[in-house]
Amino acid sequence: MKIRPYGDTMSDGKVQVSFTLPCLADESGIEAAKILARKMGMNDPNVVHVEAIGEGFSFFVVYGSVIHEVETDSIKVEKVETPTMSREEIEAIIEAEFDRDIIFIGASTGTDAHTVGIDAIMNMKGFAGHYGLERYKHIKAYNLGSQVSNEEFVRQAKILKADVLLVSQTVTQKDVHLKNMVNLVELLEAENIRDKVLLIAGGARITHELAKELGYDAGFGPKKYAEDVASFAILELIHRKKRVQ
Amino acid sequence: MNKLDLDKNTILRCRISAKKIADDIHGFINQHTTVSVERTVCRLLGIDGVDELDIPIPNRLVDEIYQAGNLGKGISVYIAAGLKLYDNSMARFISAFTAGEVRLSDLKLLSEQEAENILRSQFNKTLAKIKLNKGIRKELQDKYPGRETKLYVIVATGNIYEDVIQAKAAAAQGADIIAVIRSTGQSLLDYVPYGVTTEGYGGTYATQENFRIMRAALDEMTEKTQRYIQLVNYASGLCMPEIAAMAAVERLDILLNDSMYGIIFRDINMQRTFIDQYFSRLINAYAGIIINTGEDNYLTTADAVEEAHTVLASQFINEAFAKQARLPEELMGLGHAFEINPEIENSFLYEVAQAEMAREIFPNAPLKYMPPTKHITGNVFRAYMQNTMFNMATTMTNQSIHLLGMMTEAIHTPFMQDRFLALENAKTVQGALKMWREDIEYKHDGIIRSRAVEVLNMAEKLLDEVKDSGLFKALENGVFANVKRPYDGGKGLDGVVKKDKDYFNVIANRMEAELSED
Repeated sequence: MKIRPYGDTMSDGKVQVSFTLPCLADESGIEAAKILARKMGMNDPNVVHVEAIGEGFSFFVVYGSVIHEVETDSIKVEKVETPTMSREEIEAIIEAEFDRDIIFIGASTGTDAHTVGIDAIMNMKGFAGHYGLERYKHIKAYNLGSQVSNEEFVRQAKILKADVLLVSQTVTQKDVHLKNMVNLVELLEAENIRDKVLLIAGGARITHELAKELGYDAGFGPKKYAEDVASFAILELIHRKKRVQ
Repeated sequence: MNKLDLDKNTILRCRISAKKIADDIHGFINQHTTVSVERTVCRLLGIDGVDELDIPIPNRLVDEIYQAGNLGKGISVYIAAGLKLYDNSMARFISAFTAGEVRLSDLKLLSEQEAENILRSQFNKTLAKIKLNKGIRKELQDKYPGRETKLYVIVATGNIYEDVIQAKAAAAQGADIIAVIRSTGQSLLDYVPYGVTTEGYGGTYATQENFRIMRAALDEMTEKTQRYIQLVNYASGLCMPEIAAMAAVERLDILLNDSMYGIIFRDINMQRTFIDQYFSRLINAYAGIIINTGEDNYLTTADAVEEAHTVLASQFINEAFAKQARLPEELMGLGHAFEINPEIENSFLYEVAQAEMAREIFPNAPLKYMPPTKHITGNVFRAYMQNTMFNMATTMTNQSIHLLGMMTEAIHTPFMQDRFLALENAKTVQGALKMWREDIEYKHDGIIRSRAVEVLNMAEKLLDEVKDSGLFKALENGVFANVKRPYDGGKGLDGVVKKDKDYFNVIANRMEAELSED
């Protein structure tokens, strides 16, 4: 099926964009915004608002109809295929399949100081009514906090004999988080433990596809909770265990 | 101003407990110094610059004495001895030192009195500059007072020249306060980078030269906008007092300056940072720099409804620490935040309760009020709505330093247009609700007052417990922000040194003496 954005009529292609240009908020500035919008694939761009925002910059709000359409039948995305179970189901399946606790360690690694994401997955309280891993029976969850170096993270993974490594990354400018994520994979490989652990990335701008590309086993973005992560991890661990047997 | 009719005796008991908590820590502080404290002494004696390996000279000097195991005497006497050897020429002494011609450990140490006499002309120059800055700031603030609730935005490009462009645009758009966010991880460096920087991650390195460049740009905008534009940076992490000293010399106006924040969120060792904090706050008191404390952050990891009292308790403790460093109330920018899940029924009422309570308990403090971040989702339109509610709470409760929420929170560091839209929002709310506060009375048994009373009572109980256990223990037990930190853990403990009997800090002595006269 071919689709286009929907404003108030099917396939009208209506979109809104807003941006700043280093120019004056006058007729020629408006024209510049329109030209830009057309180059972005918008028909009949309508500059609905323009305002000088100081020191030679202007802010534009533009509506228009995009000329492009998307064929949805041919879309392929990498997504986590395992089903999401409830906490009780996860606890039961660990009890049935393992005779020990499953060990998760997590951290915001590198220079990343943001802890909201890793706390939401790991801490007892969880987030938005979804309890964190600390509350799960048969899971031992160690939240190492923020600004944990990759070296320290790997060291702790070995000491704690972690089954699952959770890496929280906030996207900052200049892609520093990507380098940091790749660096962790290299370290794990150098220590010969990459294939002995599940490596999972998470963060507001992390996707499963990106995580796989960087050499992780899975990636979880917004609106994913402890049970999503735990379901994937436990089912994958069971899968690997059976493969070995 | 007592709209909430809070019990004065409860507030007084909180203050008494907080003072006891701070006094206990102060006893510990008095017996110790740190590498950062001693480097700060070097800086305030006019020593700056780096060697050929880019190591700051203050680090070189202090490290030598530290490694010789003599830092317990303080760096002051060593600098004095070096100056004496080189006929009171700091330039000659430092160049001989960096060339390896003289070792501090070999110098014949002087008496405290002689050392002070030799050092006087050095520190007098710096302290005179700091006093001059204080005078200029006051003059500009009197001339261009601006709005009562100051609008605060951040710039964070990594490149100081790009920051200048954004900061000037923000000032033109109506910002009163500009903070230059530091490069991620700078708080963990045990030195201050040197010179102009044009690359950083998630922010721009705090260096003295960068301070100078931004100060000049904002002074230009002060004249242009007829509002004194204040400059903010971060005296937190491992170099608290050094940043404070640089900020004093370059006339910054506000510094984030809170050990509790460093311990909890940056895993800085607690012993180290309380010692550093005292000297940094002493410098801020001397320079007239407002401190901002970081209680707002507690609510990003802990629940804003259940843990609200920990914010208030921490504000009381931070007030007590500030008093010890001789900071007047007018410089105590205690922090709090609008972080309750907006989907909770009556969440706005709870926010107003907390904000009004802080306003009434700390009437003279320039309270720093932080915007929602935890419950911002990436839906920029919803974020804009949440920020409007936050702006309303700010105006209703007369906060002083209003840190504006960005609709693109959790997406990227602010674009110029994000800042513009945030400023428009705040200015409109300020104007539309201008005299509302005067018209508001709170019902005695209403939700808002009841909530404030509940939080105050819980804070009293918590302070009472911390008073008995001690603050170090409380931090080990995760009382604040649900984060536990060990007494001997974290970063920077190796930079803590016990003072010898003959420890001498020429700058601290002088500042303490002068501030006690006032």
